[in-house]
Amino acid sequence: MSQLLLDVNALTMRFGGLVAVNGVNLKIKNRQIVSVIGPNGAGKTTVFNCLSGFYIPSDGSVLFKGEQIAGLKDFHISRKGLVRTFQHVRLFSNMTVIENMLVAQHRHLNTNLLSGLLKTASYRRLEQESMDRAAFWLEEVDMLAFANREAGNLSYGQQRRLEIARCMVTQPELLLLDEPAAGLNPNETKQLDELIVRLRDEHEISVLLIEHDMSLVMGISDHIYVIAQGTPLADGSADEIKNNSDVIKAYLGEE
Amino acid sequence: MSEASLYFLQQLINGLTIGSTYALIAIGYTMVYGIIGMINFAHGEIYMIGSYISFIVIAGLLGMGMVALPVILIIALVIAVFIASTYGWAVERVAYRPLRGSNRLIPLISAIGMSIFLQNYVVLAQGSRDVALAPQISGSWTFGDPQLFEVSLSYMQLIIWAVTLVCMTALTLFISRSRMGRACRACSEDQGMTNLLGIDTNRTIAMTFIIGAALAAVAGLLLGLYYGVVNPFVGFIAGLKAFTAAVLGGIGSIPGAMLGGLILGVTEALTSAYFPSEYKDVVSFGLLILILLFRPSGLLGKPEVEKV
Amino acid sequence: MMRQNFYTAFFAAGITLILTCLMVGVKLTSEGTELRVVGATAAQWTWIFGGIAIVFLSQLFRDQISAATAGIPRPNLEAILPAESVRSRLKPWLIAMVIVGLFIWPFMVSRGSVDLATLTLIYIMLGLGLNIVVGLAGLLDLGYVAFYAIGAYTYALLSNYFGLSFWICLPIAALMAALFGFVLGFPVLRLRGDYLAIVTLGFGEIIRILLNNWTSITGGPNGISGIEKPTLFGLEFNRRASDGGTTFHDFMGIDYSSSYKVIFLYLIAVVLVLAVLYVINRLMRMPVGRAWEALREDEIACRSLGLNRTVIKLSAFTIGASTAGFAGCFFAARQGFISPESFIFIESAIILAIVVLGGMGSQLGVILAAIVMTILPELAREFQEYRMLLFGLLMVLMMRWRPQGLLPSKRPHMELK
Repeated sequence: MSQLLLDVNALTMRFGGLVAVNGVNLKIKNRQIVSVIGPNGAGKTTVFNCLSGFYIPSDGSVLFKGEQIAGLKDFHISRKGLVRTFQHVRLFSNMTVIENMLVAQHRHLNTNLLSGLLKTASYRRLEQESMDRAAFWLEEVDMLAFANREAGNLSYGQQRRLEIARCMVTQPELLLLDEPAAGLNPNETKQLDELIVRLRDEHEISVLLIEHDMSLVMGISDHIYVIAQGTPLADGSADEIKNNSDVIKAYLGEE
Repeated sequence: MSEASLYFLQQLINGLTIGSTYALIAIGYTMVYGIIGMINFAHGEIYMIGSYISFIVIAGLLGMGMVALPVILIIALVIAVFIASTYGWAVERVAYRPLRGSNRLIPLISAIGMSIFLQNYVVLAQGSRDVALAPQISGSWTFGDPQLFEVSLSYMQLIIWAVTLVCMTALTLFISRSRMGRACRACSEDQGMTNLLGIDTNRTIAMTFIIGAALAAVAGLLLGLYYGVVNPFVGFIAGLKAFTAAVLGGIGSIPGAMLGGLILGVTEALTSAYFPSEYKDVVSFGLLILILLFRPSGLLGKPEVEKV
Repeated sequence: MMRQNFYTAFFAAGITLILTCLMVGVKLTSEGTELRVVGATAAQWTWIFGGIAIVFLSQLFRDQISAATAGIPRPNLEAILPAESVRSRLKPWLIAMVIVGLFIWPFMVSRGSVDLATLTLIYIMLGLGLNIVVGLAGLLDLGYVAFYAIGAYTYALLSNYFGLSFWICLPIAALMAALFGFVLGFPVLRLRGDYLAIVTLGFGEIIRILLNNWTSITGGPNGISGIEKPTLFGLEFNRRASDGGTTFHDFMGIDYSSSYKVIFLYLIAVVLVLAVLYVINRLMRMPVGRAWEALREDEIACRSLGLNRTVIKLSAFTIGASTAGFAGCFFAARQGFISPESFIFIESAIILAIVVLGGMGSQLGVILAAIVMTILPELAREFQEYRMLLFGLLMVLMMRWRPQGLLPSKRPHMELK
């Protein structure tokens, strides 16, 4: 049996008396696009917050590459190769696009302080490498032309793409996208669709997606999990989900 | 009772006195923080201004030949509260309101600017030297063993306790019962939503500054009478102390500010009783750092939940 | 509309009257043991009514005023300055010229000006250091002067008790300040911004109180005097050499002049400032510098990208502190005398005002602001007593109308390929 990239078991998150997430299971293999869908307030973002370490889950286990990561600090988790975007784009808006890309490579680039002060050859080489990596990913998301713009001045769609590129430059193995298509026009959504598929097929990473745009989700997901009111409702392929009566009921309400 | 315990009792009385005035000032910090999530750096100066105004009124009325002390004090209190509240309102209007919604650092710096401005404004207007007022309320009860140690509880201390108690009770009732108090509580939960519900958030926020300033002025009058001196620089240290009290009790929590003030006052009195008194400030700031370290939400505060 | 403004103006004028009538209109004076109030002088009433008139008119015509100020064309630096490519070619030459100028200049002007320039350089150093903490990393440090004091006292004490020289103490002072910065920063940097402001404020007070009361070592309020001046490779700048020492003028075979010492101190300050500038400039373009700014922009995003916020904040805090340590060590050497009086909160506020005025994060802005803030008070001595008042006012006004400062920092332009 091949090892799962991410194996979430009985994940539970309680805030005081409120159970926001109750016994959620997720399994992601290498090179897979997996989606989590559910009505608003179903606890999808809370699941993300638990996975990425912003919350410490009250219960359950999160195995990433076979290693328990529940309870680790957020920056430790992202260093292990699990990186996320945010529902509301979080860029360093007063910094340029390149600077955003370089900050993300902090830990790859963070060598000895002295060698940086003296601009030694090894430091220059590392810096060049990170610039190249930044250029590569900006090219991938079609943002190279805006490299020296301040991130805050970009259009919304560009900001979304920059956020994904900024995650990718950290060289993750699993990318968590929190409603990446929100606020995009159909054309931009289509580009996003292609980008996500390319991430899986060419760059060989897995993507975990929260999304409301059903056509996007149904079109690209290898597997879909449905959550309602914090509790797992169903999971399966796109076709299975589409025809699942529980899911229809949860979305459209009881007849 | 032994000498040591009588001495301790005396320090406890002194500490509770100072502590209640800290609590009065701390309310201003805690209320403003509770509602806009920011520290009002100019609050200490408001207290100092309150002290000056009450000195001016008292000296003025005495100079005019008025003798009825209670009347003088009440007039002084009313005028000091009124003018200090106006200052509080002005601080909000000038240094906070135009900057609402910008980066957190910006209103903070503007408030520090405001505090420097007010301090030097008083220096220019009233001079930088100590101004001393002869004791107005003298006399005390003494008890304990005259052979060992006599504990004294002065009338002034009693008045401070009583006034603080009245103010706190009134405030608690105001917050929990009145319309304005409800608006305050709503605002501190969610400003945007409160606005949508037709409550004037601007007015509510201004109100918290005014209430805070009024209580600081009360403290200014009381401490001014207690110590008998005031200078333009008292606001700085008193502000720091009161802020420490607010954090100790849990910033944003009104009962917390009261508790914090009392604890801090007693700690200080005990420190200066048993150690060189210069170190009492060191102890209270050290206490502040320790609380922030181990219990940033304070004794009665709610822990903050980070929103992603 | 006008009617509405009239009411507002009337209201604002009334408020101003309430605020000022007792505070400015009446003065407390002590006569013996008795406290008296005296009516204000005519001059003070002029102030009051002047103030009321200004408030009234500015509120009455505020639409016109804001229209007028909006109409003033902002100086467009891009249009005045030559193109980016020309500028980057000119830049090294310009810098070289400024540096050469800095070294030649003191020999042509009076002692007083050189001395003032040295003081300005100290404030530049302090401003640059605090700029890292406040401007780049966005951490409001209100006790910055404490690190300045630590640097100064480190040198003064080491020199007095162990006879260590300025040059040895310079790095030690920076390290000591950094150490204190680290010890203070480690616990408090996890806290929210405004807590940090208060804690650093308290820390500044603690250091000052300790210096004031630890009389056996620090001399208490009397301070420490007779601190050794720096030497040039062992050459002293005194009139007479100490035991076994050589003086500069003997060595060079020239007559003694007290201005050598002043110029020498100035030159040290120039070198120190240049060194600090170089280091900070490098840091800003290094990963750590970018991380500081990123943290100021969005802490949560930083964490999600694997940045350890505590370490990054701590590095900014510590490096800022060590710069103050440098400045403090030099300050002690220049003055020859230090006391806790030099390290009060107002100093922290002045340094903060420099950073704010210059433009948070902008090095050139900070330098300009430091020059303005130290030279203006010298030029307008009769306004000395209004200095702090104006500083405070300036901070409020700057935050309201130009929070980015006089010379906002510019993002670096980078070529990818």
